Amino acid sequence: MRALDRKVLRDLRTIWAQALAIALVLACGVMVLVLSTGTQRSLTETRDAYYERHRFADVFASATRAPLGLLPRIAAIDGVAQVEARIVFTAMLDLEGMAEPASARVISLPALGEPALNLPLLRSGRLPDPLQPDEVALSEPFAQANGLQPGDRFRAVLNGRLRTLVVTGHLLSPEYIYTIGPGAMMPDDTHFGLIWMREPAAAAASDLDGAFNDLTLSLSRGAHTESVIAELDRILAPYGGTGAHGRDRQMSHVFIEGELTQLGAMARVLPPVFLIVSAFLVNMVLGRLIALERQQIGLFKAIGYATAEIVLHYLKMTIGIGVLGVLIGWGMGWWLGHAMTTLYTEYFRFPWLDYRPGAAPLVVSGLLALAAVVIGAVRAVAAAVRLAPAVAMSPPAPPVFRRGWVGDLGAALALRQTTMMILRSLSRWPGRAAVTLFGVAGSVAVLVASFVTFDIIDVVMEDIFDKANRQDATLLLHRAVGERAELDALSLPGVLLAEGVYAVPIRLGHGSRSKLVSLMARDPAARLTRVLDDDGRPIPLPDSGVTLPEALADDLGLRLGDRVRIELLAPPRAPWDVTVTGIIRQSMGQDVQMNRSALFALMNEAPQVNMLNLAIDMASLSALQAQIKETPAAAGFTLWADVRGAMEATMNESLITMTLIFSALGMLITIGVVYNAARIQLAERAHELASLRVLGFRRSEVGYVLVAEQMLLTVVAVPVGWVAGYGFARLMTQGFSTDIISLPLMISQATYAQSALTVLAAALASVLLVRRRLDRIDIVTALKQKE
Amino acid sequence: MTPAPTARLPILTTEAVTKVYRTGALAVHALAGVSLTLYQSEIVVLLGASGSGKSTLLNILGGLDQPTSGRVMFRDQDLTALGDAGLTAFRRAHVGFVFQFYNLVPSLTARENVALVTEIADHPMRPEEALERVGLAARLDHFPSELSGGEQQRVAIARAIAKRPEILLCDEPTGALDSKTGVTVLEALVEVNRDLGTTTALITHNAEIRRIAHRVIYMADGRIARVEENTSPMAPAEVSW
Ligand SMILES: Nc1ncnc2c1ncn2[C@@H]1O[C@H](COP(=O)(O)OP(=O)(O)O)[C@@H](O)[C@H]1O
Ligand SMILES: [Mg+2]
Repeated sequence: MRALDRKVLRDLRTIWAQALAIALVLACGVMVLVLSTGTQRSLTETRDAYYERHRFADVFASATRAPLGLLPRIAAIDGVAQVEARIVFTAMLDLEGMAEPASARVISLPALGEPALNLPLLRSGRLPDPLQPDEVALSEPFAQANGLQPGDRFRAVLNGRLRTLVVTGHLLSPEYIYTIGPGAMMPDDTHFGLIWMREPAAAAASDLDGAFNDLTLSLSRGAHTESVIAELDRILAPYGGTGAHGRDRQMSHVFIEGELTQLGAMARVLPPVFLIVSAFLVNMVLGRLIALERQQIGLFKAIGYATAEIVLHYLKMTIGIGVLGVLIGWGMGWWLGHAMTTLYTEYFRFPWLDYRPGAAPLVVSGLLALAAVVIGAVRAVAAAVRLAPAVAMSPPAPPVFRRGWVGDLGAALALRQTTMMILRSLSRWPGRAAVTLFGVAGSVAVLVASFVTFDIIDVVMEDIFDKANRQDATLLLHRAVGERAELDALSLPGVLLAEGVYAVPIRLGHGSRSKLVSLMARDPAARLTRVLDDDGRPIPLPDSGVTLPEALADDLGLRLGDRVRIELLAPPRAPWDVTVTGIIRQSMGQDVQMNRSALFALMNEAPQVNMLNLAIDMASLSALQAQIKETPAAAGFTLWADVRGAMEATMNESLITMTLIFSALGMLITIGVVYNAARIQLAERAHELASLRVLGFRRSEVGYVLVAEQMLLTVVAVPVGWVAGYGFARLMTQGFSTDIISLPLMISQATYAQSALTVLAAALASVLLVRRRLDRIDIVTALKQKE
Repeated sequence: MTPAPTARLPILTTEAVTKVYRTGALAVHALAGVSLTLYQSEIVVLLGASGSGKSTLLNILGGLDQPTSGRVMFRDQDLTALGDAGLTAFRRAHVGFVFQFYNLVPSLTARENVALVTEIADHPMRPEEALERVGLAARLDHFPSELSGGEQQRVAIARAIAKRPEILLCDEPTGALDSKTGVTVLEALVEVNRDLGTTTALITHNAEIRRIAHRVIYMADGRIARVEENTSPMAPAEVSW
């Protein structure tokens, strides 16, 4: 090994603590990149392979009742490759040992063999026998959550008749990687499942002999999805078509896409902070090292080393730090990627899901990290090699201090001399102070952006559960019925209040843009469910017109007072132009709200409801549940306490874990910056500080010079970090918002305070660590030491 | 002791070299017109008061610095016409330096400090051989912090001579050493001069040391005040201060 290379290794060993601090900050950036892009890639590849092998459809449509005779016409649409007609309906289940009713989506399998599209994967047992109408296969997560094995029996209400069904096997489906029951917000494998039934049995159970109500298509390569959808809509319209859509409106697909979007946001927002801070740290530490070695640099030049060789020498040192950071980051990213992927398997039911980031995230993160440290090194190294050898050989002139504003300030305030030393040092090396300031501010910003998660969860949970939805339960009905249902429901055991809603799929159009969404038509006087304004206050639903969530209005380019086209995807289907009379913040979903009487006035019909929100006397809950299990009109029953519980559990598991990790990363920046800055101060001023001791200053007084300078910078950095943190939090909430979830940006004072306190504590701990070294310095040795 | 070189072949020549340092409005004339020739294989001692321009002259002779005006010739090559890369190549090939404060790399051992040079030289001796010449065969793997001042300076000399330079420039090599240690360092220099025929220029504050030289150049106020020939140089051991 060449002598200069040995010097690289030995120098790195000397500054190992500082090098490690930088490497750790760098590692955070690398880690987040490997974690997010690696997980993104694993998820994408697994999904794509699963879709491909199990023939996930491209277009989805449903209708009320369409004759099978339509199928040749549909297959003939230009661009359609395969057509699969099915029967899909909802059933209430009565499971042993479960008081509350569960519900399931029943999906038909062809009378013989396997479906052409959305091929389920048999995990255990077998598919139902076409000759046995009571045989069904269950979705694996539902079967497992309820302990239903092949051969077991359970009871279901099919078409108003209580039936006993036999489980033949467990299935997974590419259509239901992420499964959410109707009206639910979170997956709930215990209360909602999928039932696959042979077509003759399904047709008999839903009175759909010779007909279908659900259609999936695959398209040939290069087909124009929009025109297929338009044609399909035209064909299905007379049969109660509710609007065909592509994968972009398929629930399971949308949730996976949302997750991928969020991973992408994570990869874009966080790593740059860590990489930039590392670059600055390298600049600071290397700048200092090179200043110390100016005589050695002069010597290298004197004995004939070319400038390029000297540059290379210091770059190797930088790259050494970079490589360390990259390796640590890869390791942590790999490990967390595994953990995160494992977490995903609880929500996303893939037949297999392994963390396989591939080489790309490793290579990209490695190159970015090395680029960051090399860029950080360039300035310091350039300054060193610009020195003429003769100049470099002589010791540097003592730093020039000026009286300037510091002196005036000191005189005016009668500051102690040790405080003057701090102020002079800050004004003499503003660049170095700026690095500390920037780093600590970055740290505060990352903390604000991660702590804000808790604020947002609070606001969202409060909006959803305390303000907007105050009902205890929601009862879904199989079909719309007259408003009298509200009164009828009061006769159910324990029901104190019942408020009906008419929910209907619509196509919302403005100019050339259109979207499929749900319209919720409700009574403006409703007390259980309410519409909230931007500040979370309940507002009355306007007498006429529609009220849209902000994200949807933005998507369609709609403003208050604009006219918007609504097309009901249920009879009478006629499109109407209505006015946008409200735009509200809404965290979950894209539901459009409308006054029920206004809607039915447009339809020229008596008002109807297909959903009932209930206030319940909880003492009678089990009686109510028992009754609902046997009510043929009921299609689903959701207890909001369960929804809230499931949601909180998810938050606790994934979000809070991630938040804690990011908080740790945020703190690491402060530690890296402050520790390095203090070490440099100590090294440069050991002589000066030792002289103070000789003069009779106590350890604590000398320590003050070191500690107070760093803490002063930290305190100044905090408000800067708050501002940056607000910007970060904004980027994060925007990046994390999807079609389904739009996050409000609410930063509480507690978040600001906690991020400041965390950073102050981290800074103090780091600088005290360095102060311990100061205490150990031998006065005599320090005085003899020549810079 | 050593006879003066018989054939006086010029190796380094300066013609009316000046060096002006400007710091703000102030101009310091460190060299005010120096014309001088160094001959092959001779030992020259530069004497003069502090600030008289000795170091400045030595730096220009060794290609560490460019003069403000005048010419510096190495054999037929005009050093003043060279850029940074050219000067680097000149130093790399032909010059060895020894400084008052040793300037060893603290994180490298004696052997590695010498290797620093042998790795980039054309026909170097082995680092061990160079260190043996200065009497440090037993200290190969010591770090500078484990060596005495005299030993560190001898490592510096070993490092300077390891590439068999034609010119060895020493700026107060004994300045930081006591007289006994200083003698061992001078002995190393004289031996190298005798064995390898290296042209050696040596700055010192110590007038006694002039006795080991073939020629003594006195400097004052950036000029050469006078030059003395020394027909019978003494061995360093005979000199004391
Ligand atoms: N880099 C420099 N900048 C300004 N003045 C310098 C510089 N180097 C040397 N000098 C000045 O040039 C003069 C000669 O210096 P130097 O050659 O070091 O003298 P010597 O080595 O004989 O003591 C001195 O007055 C010194 O202050
Ligand atoms: Mg000098």
